Amino acid sequence: MSEQQVKKTPAVKQPRQDMPRQDPMVRKHNFSEVALGYTEEMALREASRCIECKKQPCSKGCPVNVDIPAFISLIKQKDYPGAINKIKETNSLPAVCGRVCPQEDQCEKYCTLGIKGESVAIGRLERFVADAAMAAGKTGKPALLPATGKKAAVVGSGPSGLAVAGDLIKKGHQVTIFEALHKAGGVLVYGIPEFRLPKQIVQTEVDYVAGLGAEVKCNFVVGLTMTVDELMTEAGFDAVYLGNGAGLPYFMNIPGENFNGVYSANEFLTRSNLMKAYSFPGNDTPIKVGKKVAVVGGGNVAMDSARTAIRLGAEEVYIVYRRSHAELPARKEEVENAEEEGVIFKLLNNPVAIIGDDKKWVKAIRCQRMELGEPDQSGRKKPVAVPGSEFDIEVNTVVIAIGQGANPLVASTTSALNTNKWGYIVTDERTGATSRPGVFAGGDIVTGAATVILAMGAGKIAARSIDRYLKDQPLLTAEEEAAAAVQDKK
Amino acid sequence: MARIKVKKTLAPGVRQFVVDAPLIARKAKAGQFVILRVCGEGERIPLTIADSDAATGELTIVFAEVGETTTKLGKLNAGEEILDLVGPLGKPTHLEKFGTVVCIAGGIGAAPVHPIVKALRKAGNEVITIMGSRNKDLMIFEEELRKVSSEVIITTDDGSSGRQGLVTEVLWELIEQGKKIDLVVAIGPVVMMQAVCHVTRDRCLPTVVSLNPIMVDGTGMCGACRVTVGGVTKFVCVDGPEFDGLKVDFDELKMRQRMYLAEEKRAFEEYKITCGGRC
Repeated sequence: MSEQQVKKTPAVKQPRQDMPRQDPMVRKHNFSEVALGYTEEMALREASRCIECKKQPCSKGCPVNVDIPAFISLIKQKDYPGAINKIKETNSLPAVCGRVCPQEDQCEKYCTLGIKGESVAIGRLERFVADAAMAAGKTGKPALLPATGKKAAVVGSGPSGLAVAGDLIKKGHQVTIFEALHKAGGVLVYGIPEFRLPKQIVQTEVDYVAGLGAEVKCNFVVGLTMTVDELMTEAGFDAVYLGNGAGLPYFMNIPGENFNGVYSANEFLTRSNLMKAYSFPGNDTPIKVGKKVAVVGGGNVAMDSARTAIRLGAEEVYIVYRRSHAELPARKEEVENAEEEGVIFKLLNNPVAIIGDDKKWVKAIRCQRMELGEPDQSGRKKPVAVPGSEFDIEVNTVVIAIGQGANPLVASTTSALNTNKWGYIVTDERTGATSRPGVFAGGDIVTGAATVILAMGAGKIAARSIDRYLKDQPLLTAEEEAAAAVQDKK
Repeated sequence: MARIKVKKTLAPGVRQFVVDAPLIARKAKAGQFVILRVCGEGERIPLTIADSDAATGELTIVFAEVGETTTKLGKLNAGEEILDLVGPLGKPTHLEKFGTVVCIAGGIGAAPVHPIVKALRKAGNEVITIMGSRNKDLMIFEEELRKVSSEVIITTDDGSSGRQGLVTEVLWELIEQGKKIDLVVAIGPVVMMQAVCHVTRDRCLPTVVSLNPIMVDGTGMCGACRVTVGGVTKFVCVDGPEFDGLKVDFDELKMRQRMYLAEEKRAFEEYKITCGGRC
């Protein structure tokens, strides 16, 4: 389509460009990325749909306030380096966020076009410019401020830690990232599967932060190898950021959960993603996937587990979820992907027991039918058990994907650090400051399991505070800092 | 990466490495373990720490070559590096002056028992160590344990060293003789620890066992190592590795350890055919 044709049709009338994807029948047998990304032509056509409205509701819907109309305008001008730089002003991980952000609940939810039709595919455009920049080898190296001589420790190399590290390095501080596993990237590496987020992209982001000068120390468990106290007193770190995530899997506490063949989603996904068990015995870590698999839960992690099971050769994969389709917490797109790949949804069913054979191997999962009652505290209709409705689904593998809590390793070994009743670290969310001076925190270890972009956003807020703390300046909220800057100019 | 400083063969298929791991050695306490990976495609396996020296930064590990990973590990030589080594993991042994402690070591369990005996003695306990193995050649750490124990009693299945019989028989005799025992610590094969607990349960003797289930991350993130203790699910990596042996569901533990038996066998067979050398 020529530019003239694009101009003739009013933006709102043009259809939203579909994302090209691998055919479900093909992709269910491989671990390659499902969504293939826009071509330049598609990106230009989609960008032309943005009417660049004055209110910019999309940017306000973004947890890190990317200037969305500005970067889309740069795409229209085919200035892709300009577009990526615009995004990177506030978002350090666009190639990741363009893939895994729930845009439909954020930027795209508020798009003016969405009121009467389909919103602009902002996430897909973000991914397009990020991939174009990566393909061109132009991830850009920002100017670093002169060295301050101050040292900051970042605990955890997930999205939040990477964001903090990148920002602090730019401010001239020395940064060391501590990672407990043997590979950096946190949940982006062990949790999110290759078919949704290629590990090469995560590696590029880690390399970028390392390239700026951050030291990445893997195989280092803060709390055991060294405590936060020791990092600050003995190792000479002036500030510490805790972005260690919510790495403690929940189980259901129903009979039979320790039978062989029952996995937490964390273990199932870590074996497949981090340890590459899908290529066993080429890789040494095995994974057991039977012909029939039940995944308990309805979130993104449950979808990832179910789709991983399909790819590992399971013939029937069930999602067992206690509410209905409308309440599934997973992204709509991921639910659709799972459905296309043949995942069977057993909705309004709640597991009450796992049944094993005489060798303590899973042979079935016992469920109870549920009905939706009155809305509960979360505003969703509360599932109520139907008496006498128990039935068994024969399965060989069960994956429990019902969420995770706070891993106490760091908080329990750090003095003067306040946590709430669930073990999450208490912070001032406007600054990321914890109860202990010099120690900041953000991401899942503060909020409980959430999204990549929220973890990154919390990291950006904390990085600003850590920078001020290291310069002996009082901590300010974003609004206070902006006001102060205006005052300075006067 | 951790450089191997000394490599020793303690018994057929049983190796000892002294590795340069100053950060871990500095913090390691009796009862804790490390997780290691040998190569880029390698799995993560836990090994209990056999000794550590904060001053020299040296950490000692002992392992039996029973599968692919331990065999690959055993092919490394002094001067070479272990790709990934992380720790110290798990909770240290609970130490206090109990009085008389009987420490029971089965097979290569003698290596992890060693730092515990040392620490228990330092805490003012009398420590009687019972060592058991199939035969004389497979007995390891005898000299080391003699140095730190108040008394050492040796048993072998075939009588080639010490007395013929099982460690549980020696324990039973100590109890029958009226020896006042305040605590029993047992480390070795699961069947041995289970048998020890069978003896001590009748006498209500407090018994500590150190468990070594399948693990992945070792920091509480995955739950592969869950075990039932007193009817409650625990993660061995962060809640253990030591537990009240009288409450451990050993039958479940045994089955869980066998979860990947077929895969482990297959991988080992293929490794022996295709590689045989370094990975």
